[in-house]
Amino acid sequence: MRVDVIMPQMGESIAEGTLTRWLKKSGDKVARDEPIFEISTDKVDAEIPSPVAGTLVEIKVQEGQTVPINTVVALIETEAGAVAGAGKPAPSQQGAAKAAPAAPVAAAPAPARPGGPTDGRDRGAEARPAAAPPTTLGFTGPPATGGIPRAASLIGAGASVDDLRRVRSSPVVRRIAQEHNVDIAGIRGTGISGRVTKKDILEAIEGGAAHAAGSAVAARPSAAAPPRVAAPTPVYAPGERISVAPMSAMRKKIAEHMVLSRRTSAHVTTVFEVDMSRVMRLREEHQKGFQERHGVKLTPTPFMVKAAVEALKAFPEVNASIDGDNVVYKKDINIGIAVALEWGLIVPVVKHADDLSLSGIAKMVTDLAERARAKRLTPEEVQGGTFTITNPGIFGSLFGTPIINQPQVAIMGVGAIQKRVVVVEDAIAIRPMVFLALSFDHRLIDGAVADQFMAHIKATLVEGKFTEII
Amino acid sequence: MRRCVHAFLGRVGYAEATSLQDECARSLRAGRGGEHLLLLEHEPVITLGRNARRDDVLVAEETLRQQGVAVAATNRGGQVTYHGPGQLVGYPILDLAPDRRDVGRYLRDLEEVLIRVLARFDVAATRVAGLTGVWVADEKIASIGVHLSRWVTTHGFALNVSTDLSRFGLIVPCGLRARAATSMQRLLGRAVPLEAVAAALVPEFASVFDREMIARPMPRGDGSLPVVAQVVA
Repeated sequence: MRVDVIMPQMGESIAEGTLTRWLKKSGDKVARDEPIFEISTDKVDAEIPSPVAGTLVEIKVQEGQTVPINTVVALIETEAGAVAGAGKPAPSQQGAAKAAPAAPVAAAPAPARPGGPTDGRDRGAEARPAAAPPTTLGFTGPPATGGIPRAASLIGAGASVDDLRRVRSSPVVRRIAQEHNVDIAGIRGTGISGRVTKKDILEAIEGGAAHAAGSAVAARPSAAAPPRVAAPTPVYAPGERISVAPMSAMRKKIAEHMVLSRRTSAHVTTVFEVDMSRVMRLREEHQKGFQERHGVKLTPTPFMVKAAVEALKAFPEVNASIDGDNVVYKKDINIGIAVALEWGLIVPVVKHADDLSLSGIAKMVTDLAERARAKRLTPEEVQGGTFTITNPGIFGSLFGTPIINQPQVAIMGVGAIQKRVVVVEDAIAIRPMVFLALSFDHRLIDGAVADQFMAHIKATLVEGKFTEII
Repeated sequence: MRRCVHAFLGRVGYAEATSLQDECARSLRAGRGGEHLLLLEHEPVITLGRNARRDDVLVAEETLRQQGVAVAATNRGGQVTYHGPGQLVGYPILDLAPDRRDVGRYLRDLEEVLIRVLARFDVAATRVAGLTGVWVADEKIASIGVHLSRWVTTHGFALNVSTDLSRFGLIVPCGLRARAATSMQRLLGRAVPLEAVAAALVPEFASVFDREMIARPMPRGDGSLPVVAQVVA
């Protein structure tokens, strides 16, 4: 099929464009979205991507020519395999995509696009380990290639109709394939036109189609036999005085979650010491009025949350998750606050913390903690966190090395705020000091970033930058 | 509100700045990174836009080298210009696709930011119809040249704060022989620190482009770029 490539409209006031350079010549193969020519309008130079994959068969406008918008500048001949890829127009200079796709785009690969909706994948990631723990540890293997990218390259390469039919499968099947690192194209389909059904892929996985992969995929459950977690030595000897009680559901969940996190992330902890003088002074000055106005006590916690929020805005990679080979940046900043309970631990989430004032955070934290202790949290209120703060300091700990709350990539532990003797400008002073410990996932966050992130938090607290107090 | 990370990078070589903004743009297009406003000043360099004529550089390259002025070809729109110390260069790496698919509007918006910044320093600057850039009377105080790839912007603007204006004599700026360049320092009769102009620009940029501006703290010490590049990646 021949597809017209047109001079795109680059803006309301712009009626024409000058084609300054062809990046491809007649006869060249082009991929969809690959820049094929450059245009110039006034002070702007732009690369124009191809609307489809195919072969550039005719160039109609030569370099240096100025033509009105929507003028056909070239023709691209699409190939059988390429048509499927052309269905969804790229979110780009898209005046150009006039061509109607010949076939529905069921085969369009759909790895979670960073920034795009990930429709509950995160919760899925939490649920998965219960079924089958990861098989391999360590992160030294080569970067894994998931099943989906391979399906995509198959299409790009002009695959046969037969291949396309098999690759074309439901999102559920593609997701299972990705999770288990299985190539759909290698599975015999029993569905319509030979499509791979859910049953087909599950049977294939049972049968051992999944192959071991290193690196990022290692953290994903695979169907191979999980290693036993059981200790090699017996837990108790015959005759030893013990009592046995089953773990509560919460205890089991915490246990699973902690071990999963240790296996998933490359934990590193960095510790900063922060002078809390300004924060403690602000707190003292405003505490009485604050409680009268807002009905909650002004504790150091909302200051910590606020400082973390500001730092997360500046370092979006800390407000992120890893999804296979992708990094998923979370646009919302949702701060989990670990709350110790007599019967365990729960992490309610302050949603959209970046939209809240200090008092808003204080009220939210107090409310969530109270309802956590009263067992009155809704499931939504403990989901969707993008960063967690835990506070071992309330029991006197100076600092801990917290375990990351998956699928997040960092957690900050706040130690006890204590008056300590410190050196300030070569004089000895007594200051309220606190250790802040950040455990971060070194797969995604390097030490330099983690330390700059913490330096940002430190600066906010030391300088007492809480403008909209209170 | 959409967030835009800004950083004042100080004096940066042209090639280094180009690779930095390319990296930012690549990350943004791939959805890995956010939007950036990089503010900096360059070592002396004459840059040739896509529409540049070699004749617009009036001095032999050998002579330029002796004067410590480099020459670089770029992929921005526009013709020839000069960058050097005392000039505030801004590279906004923005995604125009969601709400501003209009290059004309983008150019006018950049002009608006600069006009407002200059107003803060009591410099009354204007647009001149048909001549992109910012003007004071008939002298040019800021140039604009932009590159777009899938609606992600690179390159941007250059505002003469205390630029050595004699250097514009080496070229025919923007192909306009009759127009002279000017600077804030010349108009105000006093030196204005580049950092102060950069600081004034951030809130105006936020307001015109409707972004929340996030300061990215630069590492103390040598302020070396590799850390920024790593952070961006």
